[in-house]
Amino acid sequence: MKALVLVCLLGLWGAAPAFAATSPDEMLKDPALEARARDLGRELRCLVCQNQSIDDSDAELAHDLRRIVRQQIRAGASDIQIKDYLVARYGDFVLLKPPFKATTLLLWLGPLLVLLGGGALAFAQTRGRRAPPEAAELSADERRRLDAMLTGDPGA
Amino acid sequence: MSTALPSDGGGAGKGDGRRRLVYLLPVLLFVGVAMALGVGLTRDPEQLPSALLDRPAPALDLPPIQGGDRPGLASADLKKGKGPVLVNFFASWCAPCRIEHPIVSRLAEEGWTVLGINYKDKPEDARAWLGNMGDPYARIGADQKGLAGIDWGITGVPETFILDRNGRIVWRFQGPLQPRELERDVLPLLKSLAP
Repeated sequence: MKALVLVCLLGLWGAAPAFAATSPDEMLKDPALEARARDLGRELRCLVCQNQSIDDSDAELAHDLRRIVRQQIRAGASDIQIKDYLVARYGDFVLLKPPFKATTLLLWLGPLLVLLGGGALAFAQTRGRRAPPEAAELSADERRRLDAMLTGDPGA
Repeated sequence: MSTALPSDGGGAGKGDGRRRLVYLLPVLLFVGVAMALGVGLTRDPEQLPSALLDRPAPALDLPPIQGGDRPGLASADLKKGKGPVLVNFFASWCAPCRIEHPIVSRLAEEGWTVLGINYKDKPEDARAWLGNMGDPYARIGADQKGLAGIDWGITGVPETFILDRNGRIVWRFQGPLQPRELERDVLPLLKSLAP
């Protein structure tokens, strides 16, 4: 049963591109260029729906942006040029993956900082606790009984 | 802790203080996170800062609405040097535009220059809408394909920009202007930019 559910879920996942909003009439004729446009579209945010890519969204603006991406690809623009074109108009928000720069340092490095800070704290804590307890000397009587046990002399 | 007898002297007291600081750490962390979230979660995610703020307005060269009585809109019209101008994206099919129309009209009546960009509209619909509601715009550019909209980074209509006398964008608002924005942002800004 679990296997069946898993197979169904995998099937859904595999079928996901079929849900994309790109309609046949806006596709490029060259399959390689169209594939580039699709990949690029998945990295660009639809600014109306905000949590969908322009490849997924059926919004009017997403449609316009898909058309612009394809126009520029046909005109020979590189992926970076197309992204720059859109960032100049909509800001970094149009990129679903935020760029690595001064204002996003905390975003990218925050988890690492938390890990390092937590690690340092945990290290300091466990090291403090590992201080060995002071071993008390055996008394003369205890020493005598221990010797007796070790030599196996039952008379002691 | 039971070993911290008075006879242990200052050493134990120091360790105690440090331990107390460690106990405070989660509290401080919580306060920090709560403050960050308090600021972050009360902001309106629908209102994005424009990438064009403090930059010259994108180039425009739009024809007038077909059959309309207002001239079209080009870059030169944005910086006539007389004072700030408002650029308002609108469409007849846009319900929120109807809501903000009285505010836009009031700004025009008070003497501010309001320029319109008619976004993805049919000329006859736009003419009818302006005829019914009144036309507050000094000039109207018809952006039938929405390309000017993309150049200006709009995500829908209505959107309103305020430009200073040199044609730089100093303010952008997404959605219908309401009395709140008018009193809080628009009027003070226009007055501060006026010669």
